[in-house]
Amino acid sequence: MSGNGPCAASAGATAFTVNGREVAVAAPPLRRLADALRDDLGLTGTKVGCNAGDCGACTVLLDGEQVCSCMVSLAQARGRHVTTVEGLAANGRLNRLQRAFLRHGAAQCGACTPGMLIAATELLRASPRPRPAEVMDGLGGVLCRCTGYRKIVAAVLDAAGDGPLPLAAPPAGAAVGARMPKPDGMPKLTGAERYGADTVPADALWLRIVRSPHDSARVTLGDLEAVAAARPGVERVLTAADVPYNRVGIYPDLRDQPVLAEGVVRYRGDPVAALVGTRQAVTAVRDEDLPIRYEPLPPVRGLDEARTPGAPLVHDETEGNKLIEGGVERGDAQEALADCAVTAQGRFETAFVEHAYIEPEAGWARRVGDRVELFVSTQTPVMNRDSTAEVLGLAPTQVRIVPSACGGGFGGKLDVSVQPLTALAAWLTAKPVACVYERPESMMASPKRHPTAIEARFGCDSDGRLQAVAFDATFDTGAYASWGPTVASRVPIHASGPYAVPHVSARGRAFYTNGPPAGAFRGFGVPQAAIAHEALMDDLADGLGMDRLEMRLKNAIRVGDATATGQVLEASAGLAPCLEALAARWQRALEDATQTNRQDGPLRRGAGIGCMWYGIGNTALSNPSSMRVALDREGRLTLYNGAVDIGQGSTTILAQICADALGVAADRIAQVIGDTDWTEDAGKTSASRQTFVSGKAAALAGAALRAAILREANAGDGARIELAGGRVTVRDGARRTEIDLGRLEADAAGVVLEGTGRFDPPTTALDASGQGTPYATYAFGAQIAVVDVDTELGTVTPVRIHAAHDVGRAINPTQVEGQIEGGIAQGIGLALMEEYLPGRTENLHDYLIPTIGDVPEIEVIIVEDPEPLGPFGAKGVGEPGLVPTAPAILGAIRHATGVRVTRVPALPHRLRRALRERGTGR
Amino acid sequence: MPDYLRPTALDDALAALGSRRLTVLAGGTDFYPARVGKPLDEPVLDITALESLRAIEKRADHWRIPALATWSDIVRADLPPWFDGLKLAALEIGGRQVQNAGTLCGNLCNASPAADGVPVLLSLGAEVELASHERRETMPLAAFIRGNRETAIAPDQLMLAVRVPRPAAERARGHFLKLGARRYLVISIVMAAAALEAGADGRIVRAAVAVGACSPVARRLPALEEALLGRACDESLGEAVTDAHVAPLAPLDDARGSAAYRLDAARTLTARTLAELGSMI
Repeated sequence: MSGNGPCAASAGATAFTVNGREVAVAAPPLRRLADALRDDLGLTGTKVGCNAGDCGACTVLLDGEQVCSCMVSLAQARGRHVTTVEGLAANGRLNRLQRAFLRHGAAQCGACTPGMLIAATELLRASPRPRPAEVMDGLGGVLCRCTGYRKIVAAVLDAAGDGPLPLAAPPAGAAVGARMPKPDGMPKLTGAERYGADTVPADALWLRIVRSPHDSARVTLGDLEAVAAARPGVERVLTAADVPYNRVGIYPDLRDQPVLAEGVVRYRGDPVAALVGTRQAVTAVRDEDLPIRYEPLPPVRGLDEARTPGAPLVHDETEGNKLIEGGVERGDAQEALADCAVTAQGRFETAFVEHAYIEPEAGWARRVGDRVELFVSTQTPVMNRDSTAEVLGLAPTQVRIVPSACGGGFGGKLDVSVQPLTALAAWLTAKPVACVYERPESMMASPKRHPTAIEARFGCDSDGRLQAVAFDATFDTGAYASWGPTVASRVPIHASGPYAVPHVSARGRAFYTNGPPAGAFRGFGVPQAAIAHEALMDDLADGLGMDRLEMRLKNAIRVGDATATGQVLEASAGLAPCLEALAARWQRALEDATQTNRQDGPLRRGAGIGCMWYGIGNTALSNPSSMRVALDREGRLTLYNGAVDIGQGSTTILAQICADALGVAADRIAQVIGDTDWTEDAGKTSASRQTFVSGKAAALAGAALRAAILREANAGDGARIELAGGRVTVRDGARRTEIDLGRLEADAAGVVLEGTGRFDPPTTALDASGQGTPYATYAFGAQIAVVDVDTELGTVTPVRIHAAHDVGRAINPTQVEGQIEGGIAQGIGLALMEEYLPGRTENLHDYLIPTIGDVPEIEVIIVEDPEPLGPFGAKGVGEPGLVPTAPAILGAIRHATGVRVTRVPALPHRLRRALRERGTGR
Repeated sequence: MPDYLRPTALDDALAALGSRRLTVLAGGTDFYPARVGKPLDEPVLDITALESLRAIEKRADHWRIPALATWSDIVRADLPPWFDGLKLAALEIGGRQVQNAGTLCGNLCNASPAADGVPVLLSLGAEVELASHERRETMPLAAFIRGNRETAIAPDQLMLAVRVPRPAAERARGHFLKLGARRYLVISIVMAAAALEAGADGRIVRAAVAVGACSPVARRLPALEEALLGRACDESLGEAVTDAHVAPLAPLDDARGSAAYRLDAARTLTARTLAELGSMI
């Protein structure tokens, strides 16, 4: 139990029992129980993800029944028993269910975990040994965006069976490769973890952003100061005039996004003003009552409109609305295509996709002297620091970012959200200022995956060897650049797929529209590209009468082959072993489909295969990471780790790597994570880079500290290091040396020995033809999807997915599986259900992400083709799991029905129409 | 602070409703989602302490499902196969959290075109009991829901219960199918519900079929019902459905599905509902 103590029972207070304890809350009876638990009782383990019963994060037990506490009034709790996540662990010891979650890696970011645990608690009381279908029914009301649900189902089943997986940290030297539980798993399971909205001080002011209801409009502000004056509790209304440098953006030369509007708004959700005051006061102000006048302008919607000559300009200075153009030219693709025995071409389209992390954007800021500190949910503390400083007109050293636990990111928390305005308001008012997005605001304001239109042509010789690829992608980057240039530069490099192709001509262009800003989203455009290249690989295989897996294996890029940028792969090109690992399963899947389809009826089964590659880290740009591990005079080891863990597990991975490099058990290493005052810049948590880049830096830091200790003991490389109290014992063969740390010289923090490591993957800039070495290493993977298509309804049910991924080395197999399974769930969403429509799907019941019942059985096969540059041979796996899923599903739909889906999501009505047009559906 | 009334006696609740404008709150599963990010500052009548409105009862000629009966209460209730469709609908609503809190009567009063409770209850010939401080009345559900989020309830009235008449025939069963774009937590694209009664010879003596989410209010399909009369109960019942039968539906185009698709899916779902029901009854 933490936070504020219980209120004393008083007249008018609502009395009930929480986790066996009598409480009384003096608050309005209509208050949501979730808010009463969090704000009045300090029980912030209960998460608020939507306030609408759509996500289940706030699930609690009310007299033993699971309910969404966001939809229960405080008054309805009177006299009843409430159980929250804080009530599960008795006497600080995790219960069986929580232990099962820890063993199975069922919590990633942890934001859905309290809801999952509570829902499972209800289930297990009624049905102590549930069947998988019962688990799904029982937990079906809680959304998870990280795990792909499979490990959650496994954990609940295992909670009943008390399975055998190890709980303890592995011994010294055995961390890498071990299924070590997350060191931050315990707080995520008890509710003690602190996310962006969990530490807001009781006296904080709240900031609410007033956003444009129009896609495009001129906006005129009336007397907003009078608003503040007329409404008690509203202290200030911020407008563009209050912002010292009114621009944010990712690229230094593309700061095109006003913090607050300057006369025009460019998308539905563009910030216009910010109300600062008590939470109640800023919530009570209705946008319609503010003196803000909009004159709607004709919006630019979609790529076709953006490119139409004479189209309105989203930014006056950007002619033709074209943000950027990039490309890769190798050989002569057009000439080679003319000589190909078989060619295939197609046009493919994707939609805006929402990240839908369970934790909406949240944080708070306070002024400390001439500095400002932010506690905020983020993927990139140093960029946040620099951007916030720039907006406030401060030096970067005057801003401190203390990352909260991050309840999911997937790229969406790489842009700033609440940071600049809360910092500015705290700076101006000298009071703490918090901002927590409601779900509709999160969906309206946060960046999206780029809608993409791809026209591509692939050609091969009569043996099926790829000869040429011509590829043209256009991206709808929405109203502001965000990470649009990153997508436009990454996609052409990956356009030809994970294959050896001598002639490639690939272009990417991004256009502004009046849609939501499209930014970074797991894969930076590569998932869209993979839909195109894998459909065309299927076309070529069909054209040749060749098996689809065989076609891919024949063309798989291998060590010694050159990529489209002319980079010759020197190591760790594991697509072929992935395909070989899948070959027998592929045959079984094809046979299964044949067998199943012998039965008449509307259900048709199909199998599809998708392949991927992905360059790890930033594209052709420096992206270093620095790590420091320190030993203090008490013998405590601390890893100063600037890499924020957004649920993907870098905190665990870096501890394992550092521990083995140093030669101690991983649980001896404490960590300080992401605090910009205490950690070096590890770069952003994106581009699947933290294991590879920061992992390497952690390995170097660990090795450096080890060397320092061994030097101190005058011991050889093979010596063993043992820590006990303020002493280090070094055993080198029969020789044993003790170092009394108290006798070493210490710095102000008590550190006596330290190791630092820095790694910047060796890359080069690309030349005018896109030639060079954009990435130091690439991840590879292949997936098989088996689906059932209901041809009468156009619905698709994934039946099974086999995923083989080359990760170089699996530092933690449980987490590798978790990343792949979570990526697959998002791939299912991309393929079948996710489409963000501004103004229409700004909540989690109109915008659909996969539920626990939508993710089928997944088999993960880990392939380890070591990367010599990486820590212990590791590469990255954050994004790869998502990339081949949609292509595999679309291939399976085609195998089942003959319909070649070229637009995702393949919503039932679209697929049904295609089936009717083809004559497959009745 | 605005009023928050939570009476324990029905008379007090009705008196309050008669005296001023109050928003009725029960399970909260429609109330709170409609107020995300908005102030909670309206006068509310919370009826969840009216214990007399909780228990599902079997009466001489009908079952009574009162205002506080939740979807989970319906699933747990000992009810004959006539209610199988209603139970299936209850299990398809939201997740368990919504089933545990949300009420059938609230679903009817909210009157969404995609309300999961409506097509089944139409197929069961349900009536609703309304009460004000002055009088009580019963009206057919079909008359109660007038349009998209429009009902016949007056500001001073409370829905006390839904009544489901007992079927005349011994062999009587209901069924329900829902189509959505994912497995759980999904708003219907189309729903189909059917209730059939068969005579001793196994032939249909009464048929009621209704489709939801394909018109502002879920609709019965009278021509289809007519066509089913006298047919033998087996899975061939699905073949009775024609395009003309679903023609009275007037679906909308929206993000969940095109109008043409909905009509097409309504026919398929109706046929499947009847085929499955025909083989079970």
